[in-house]
Amino acid sequence: MNVSFSEQELAFQREVRDFFETEYPQDILAKARRGIEMQREDFVRGQKALYQKSWAGVNWPVEYGGTGWTATQKYIFYNEMARAKALMIIPFGLSMVGPVIYTYGNDEQKQRFLPDILSSEVWWCQGYSEPGAGSDLASLKTRAEREGDEYVVNGTKTWTTLAQHSDWMFFLARTNTDVSRRQEGISFMLVDMKSPGITVTPIITIDGDPEVNQVFFDNVRIPVANRIGEEGKGWSYAKMLLTHERTNIADVARSKVRLAGLKKQVADGAALANTEGFKRKLAETEIELLALEYTELRTLASVSVGQAPGPESSILKIKGTEMQQSIDTLYMELAGYHALPSVREQFDVGFDGERIGAGDSTFSALRYFNFRKASIYGGSNEIQKNIIAKAVLGV
Amino acid sequence: MDFSLTDEQAMLRESVEQFVSKAYTFEKREKYSALQHGFAPENWQQFAELGWLALPFTEDDGGFDGSPIETMLLMQEFGKGLVVEPYVASIILAGGALKRSTNNQLKQRLLPSILDGSAQAAFAFAEAVAGYNLADISTTATKDSGGYRITGDKVVVLNGAAADWLLVSARTSGDRRDADGISLFCVPASVDGLTRRGYPTVDGMHAAEVSFADVAVSAENLVVAEGAALPLIQAVIDDATLAVSAEAVGIMEMLNSRTVEYTKTREQFGVPLSSFQALQHRMVDMFTDFEMTRSLLLMAAIKAAESSTDAARAIAALKYQIGTAGRKLGQEAVQLHGGMGVTDELDVAHYFKRLTTIDTLFGNADYQLARFTEQ
Repeated sequence: MNVSFSEQELAFQREVRDFFETEYPQDILAKARRGIEMQREDFVRGQKALYQKSWAGVNWPVEYGGTGWTATQKYIFYNEMARAKALMIIPFGLSMVGPVIYTYGNDEQKQRFLPDILSSEVWWCQGYSEPGAGSDLASLKTRAEREGDEYVVNGTKTWTTLAQHSDWMFFLARTNTDVSRRQEGISFMLVDMKSPGITVTPIITIDGDPEVNQVFFDNVRIPVANRIGEEGKGWSYAKMLLTHERTNIADVARSKVRLAGLKKQVADGAALANTEGFKRKLAETEIELLALEYTELRTLASVSVGQAPGPESSILKIKGTEMQQSIDTLYMELAGYHALPSVREQFDVGFDGERIGAGDSTFSALRYFNFRKASIYGGSNEIQKNIIAKAVLGV
Repeated sequence: MDFSLTDEQAMLRESVEQFVSKAYTFEKREKYSALQHGFAPENWQQFAELGWLALPFTEDDGGFDGSPIETMLLMQEFGKGLVVEPYVASIILAGGALKRSTNNQLKQRLLPSILDGSAQAAFAFAEAVAGYNLADISTTATKDSGGYRITGDKVVVLNGAAADWLLVSARTSGDRRDADGISLFCVPASVDGLTRRGYPTVDGMHAAEVSFADVAVSAENLVVAEGAALPLIQAVIDDATLAVSAEAVGIMEMLNSRTVEYTKTREQFGVPLSSFQALQHRMVDMFTDFEMTRSLLLMAAIKAAESSTDAARAIAALKYQIGTAGRKLGQEAVQLHGGMGVTDELDVAHYFKRLTTIDTLFGNADYQLARFTEQ
């Protein structure tokens, strides 16, 4: 047992750090440091920079252009990325649909879709939830009826993050209603968002941001060639994707960097950071984050010897999101009165006036409100508990 | 980064696991606990023969060079079996002080008998009003014609009544809470002026109140240089904290499996308790807390094995977790067993009592959180 890095791993760490300090778009990092809200183009450029370095497919196998990194290398990469305050990788293409396509897609689909996902040329969104199908995803009602070489799709998807910026969507639709289990008869499909009959309507979230959308399908015609895997077997592909999603959601590396920011405020003598109550909460959070980090390391290590992430990924999801929310709460508490101004516009890229509040203190409550979503999305934390209960209780 | 065990480590774990699951049933454990000193001497001899007593000592000291990883593996299994033999008291605490001793003559005289099981020792460090502050020592050792005279009271000395040797901390200079001026002496239990009142503790193990009334010892009984013992004492307590934390993780694992088992078989309202979602989610929280605690145990053991500069901080984090998540888990295990959880008959209550004891040993959660923050 050891947690130290080998010489090779240390060299890799230097290489990754060097990349973020030189090759990665430095203007994006500068914007991140100033707390400016990122645009689609920033994310695209950030991911393309990774692609140029052949680092976009962090978890992908080498044969599809992935890194083929060891668990330790991935850990180092994510930590360096968070340390540099580089933009997160938007998961829908690279972390979600990509792995489904290279695992279950046919050769033609792999050739057609994977290169553009890897290079972030094509931007994806996820069509899972529906107005009547949240935690109970299998009750989804979007219909895809076969007509020759096409499916005709009707229905509504909701909570579709970044749909307004997406070129393509992967989604689940019911292709067969005459089934004994609701999980059967669901198919996994891909659709061009420019297809006639698709309408995207924004949903304004609690922090005032049009981050998510409703997506309406009105007789949208999709070629059968856009279905991944077998008809009616989409549920099992979707589940595999969700396991990946959960592990990514934990984002322990970024929580570590944010926690370090809180500790710095204590060290700098910030008044609200230097109360006994705050210091106690901070220490408790730090210990829980250490426990989470080592749980993630254990999961990475077991995945690297060929074991699939199982219920541990649900633990990571629950604890990871709880940590993010705890840290957000502490940032809001530290901001004190300056958590209150609702002045989101001063974080726009074009804003050149004088900001209210120090740093991004006036963003702290917005972030706190926004990140209540974390324990709800990706399968609510209660659903994760149901998943663990199955594994733990064997019922 | 590697969480796998070496072949030797896997063999060690297997042999302790075999012993605990086959030879150390709960019924037998209760019998051992009821014996005069709260353990079975024949088990101690078997530990010696299996090499477990010599595990954490260097080859030069006649040991097997076991690292904190080996101690962790052994203690986790001991936790699962609720082993009552005084491994922590005699081997980790007293043995841990002796192995760090700069007094080679003393080491050579004592360690062989401790490693072969023919003698036992105890570590008398705690005092009634000191809380968990290791430097808060009122017991005094005054210089007297080539030797010292020790006077003072030590409380809840683990294995204090059965020990042949007592390692006792005493102040040779300085004020009550000074870090300097603390000395550590190794004295035979039979020395004049030393009295012991042995008793069982709530977890079924044994301890003693030990009084020193003008006990004469020579300078040859000093474990380290006069006045300079505090760093050694702290290092020993860190080792012991890690050891009982590993034991606690073994206990938490057992409490979880017992609880899941019980709720699957116990029927009320015509269905097994495990079918209720409210209870399922509580068991999931227990499982999650166990996994998170296990992660901190691995972190702390690995850092201790690597002599990392933040090892003590990692141990404080771990022990804090045992005192918070562990306490909650124990209470939940009892609650989910209903009335059966508060009977003496089920082992669940005994796991719970040992887990509760461990929270107190070497500093509870509040104390550990303060240590974590200070470092």
